[in-house]
Amino acid sequence: MIIFLQQVVSGAAVGLVYALVALGFVMIHKSTQVFNFALGELMMLGAFCAYTFIVLFALPFWIGGILAILSVALFGAVLDRVLLRRMIGNKPFTIFMLTVGIGFCIRAIVMLVPQWGTDTYSLPSPLQGKVLSFGGLIVSADHLAILLTASAIAAALYVFFQYTRLGLAMRAISQNPLSASYLGVRVDTLFSIVWALGAAGAALAGVMLAPISFVHADMGQIGLKAIPAAVLGGFDSLPGAIVGGLVIGIVEALAGFYCPEGVKDVAAYIVLLVVLAVKPRGLFGQPDAKKV
Amino acid sequence: MQTPADYRSELTIAGRAGRQGLIGVAALIVIAIIPWFHSNYWISQLTFVAIYAIAGFGLQILLGFAGQVSLGQAAFLASGAYACSYVERLGFGSPAGFAAAVIVSTLLGLLVALPALRMAGLYLGIATMSFGFIIEEVAARWSSVTGGNAGTVVAAIEVGGVSLGQPWQIYYLSWLFCLMVLLLSYNLLRTPTGRAMQAIRDSEIAARSSGVRVAQTKGIAFSLSAAFAGLAGALYSHALGFISPEQFTISMSLDLLVMILIGGLGTLRGVLFGAVFLVVSPELMQAVLGMFTSGNTELPGLRPLLFGGSLILVLLFQPDGIDAMVSRTGAWLIRHAVSWRRR
Repeated sequence: MIIFLQQVVSGAAVGLVYALVALGFVMIHKSTQVFNFALGELMMLGAFCAYTFIVLFALPFWIGGILAILSVALFGAVLDRVLLRRMIGNKPFTIFMLTVGIGFCIRAIVMLVPQWGTDTYSLPSPLQGKVLSFGGLIVSADHLAILLTASAIAAALYVFFQYTRLGLAMRAISQNPLSASYLGVRVDTLFSIVWALGAAGAALAGVMLAPISFVHADMGQIGLKAIPAAVLGGFDSLPGAIVGGLVIGIVEALAGFYCPEGVKDVAAYIVLLVVLAVKPRGLFGQPDAKKV
Repeated sequence: MQTPADYRSELTIAGRAGRQGLIGVAALIVIAIIPWFHSNYWISQLTFVAIYAIAGFGLQILLGFAGQVSLGQAAFLASGAYACSYVERLGFGSPAGFAAAVIVSTLLGLLVALPALRMAGLYLGIATMSFGFIIEEVAARWSSVTGGNAGTVVAAIEVGGVSLGQPWQIYYLSWLFCLMVLLLSYNLLRTPTGRAMQAIRDSEIAARSSGVRVAQTKGIAFSLSAAFAGLAGALYSHALGFISPEQFTISMSLDLLVMILIGGLGTLRGVLFGAVFLVVSPELMQAVLGMFTSGNTELPGLRPLLFGGSLILVLLFQPDGIDAMVSRTGAWLIRHAVSWRRR
C-alpha cells in the first residue's frame, strides 16, 4: 500500500508539471483558439534561461528562476506581437502550423547559441537531495515544491479568471472576440497578455522540471506529454487541465511500476486514445455549436 | 480552391494538358538522366526526394484534399518498413515484402480511421500524434520482429533472383513508384470519390447534405494515405539499408507536414516541390555556409532553423507555397519574356 501511495505521490508531482504546461495550452486555446504546438519548446527555453541565469551567471536559484520566467513571458508576448497577430482570422490549422514553425525555430536557436548547444546540463536546486517523510511515505522536497507551486498557480489563475476585470475580459474574448472588442475590450493587447501568461506557465514548468530531470534541447518532447493532459481536461477547462495532468502523471507512474517496460512512455497516449474514442471532445469538453 | 461550375472550368482544374504534359515529359527526362551525371551521394539523396514525395502524396490526399489532419504519418512509414523487412527476412522475396508493407499500413490506416471519423481538427491531430507515439514504442519493444532499439539491417531488394542493391537501381525503382502514385492520385482526384473528399474539406455539413458518404470517403482517404506511406516506408528501408525506431518519430511526421505546406497545400505538384525542398535545401545551406566558414563543421540547428523559418515565411507571405510561386513566375515569364506571342 505504501509503495502504491509512493508511486501516486511522485506521479502526481510529475503530473502537475504536465498540468502547468497544459494550463498554458488551455489558456492560449481558450482565449485565442490557437493550439500552440511551440509550448513544449517554450518550456525548454525556460529551462535553458534558468540554467543561464543560475549556473552561468551564478545568480541565486529563486532570482534566476523568476528572471527566466519573465524573459520567456516577454518572448511569448513578442511572438504574438510579431507573428501571431498577423495571422488572426486564418484557419486554425494554418495558425497551428505557424506555431510548429516557431517551435522548430526555438529549437534551432537553442542549438545554435554557444554555451547551450546540444549538450545535456543539470540544474542544481537548493532543495536537491532533501527528503521529507510522512509516516513512511517519502517525498522529495523538489516534488513537494512542485506540488505546492502548481496548486498555488492553479488557484491564482482560477481567482484571476473568475474575479478580476482582466480575467473577465479574457473570458469575454474567448466567447466572442468581436463583440468583446465592441464593448471596449482591447482584444489584441489581451492576446499578447495571454501568450505571455501561457509562455510563463511553460517556463515555470521548465524551471521546476529541470532540477528533477535535465536541461537539453530535446526537452520540449516532455511538453508533448502535456497535450494528453490538456485534451483529457477538454482543452478549454483550466481545472480540467489540472485533473488531466494529475491523471496522466499518476497513470504513468503506476504503469512504470506495475507494467512491463515501455508501457510507461505511451501510457499517457493510450489513456488519451481511449478517452477520445469514448468522448471525442475530452472529459470536460463541451460540444460547441457548429457554424455552417 | 474554387468549385468548378461547368465542363470548361472543370478542364482548367484537370490541367492544361499540353503545357503540363510537356513540362512533365521534360521533368521525366531530367530524372531519368540524372544518375549518369551525379555521384552516388546525390543519387541516394534524390531517391529520398521520390520516397518523401510518395508519402507526401498520401498526406496531401488526406490533408490537402480531404481536409483531415494527421500528425502520425511516420507510424505508417514505420509499419511499411518493418512489415517489408520482416516478410523479406522470412524468405518470401521483395515483391511479397512490398505487398505486405502496403497491406499492413492500409489496415493500420483503417484502424486509425475508425475512431478518427468522430473527431475533427485539433482532436484528430492529437489522436493521430498519440497513435504515432504508440507505434514508435511498439517498434522499439517488439524486438523479435523489429530488432528493437538496436534496429535491423535491411537486405537489398531482390526480384526474381536479380538483386537491386545499387543506388541507381533503387533510384529508378523509387521514381517509378513515385510516378505511379502521382498518376493514381491525379486520377483519383478527378473521380467522384476525389471530388467528395474536396467537398468534405470545404464543408462537411454541406457535403453530407449533398449525399456524400462522409465516413466512407474519409476512410478511403485515411487508408490511401497510409498505403502510400507504407510503400514509402518499404522503399525508405531499402534506400537506407537500416531501420530503427528513432527514424520514425514525430519529427518525421512534422517534416512531412512542413513539406506539403511549403510545397503548396492542395496541389500534387506542390508535393514534388516540397520533397525537393526537404532534401535539397539543407544540403545547399550547408554548402553555402561551407564557403564562409573554414572546416566542415555541421551545425546541429541548421535543419530546424531552415524548415521552421521557411514554414513561417511561407505561411505569412505565400500561403499557397512554392507551387503558387512557380505558377506565378511561369505566368510572369510567359507574359513578359515571351510576350511576342500576344502581339
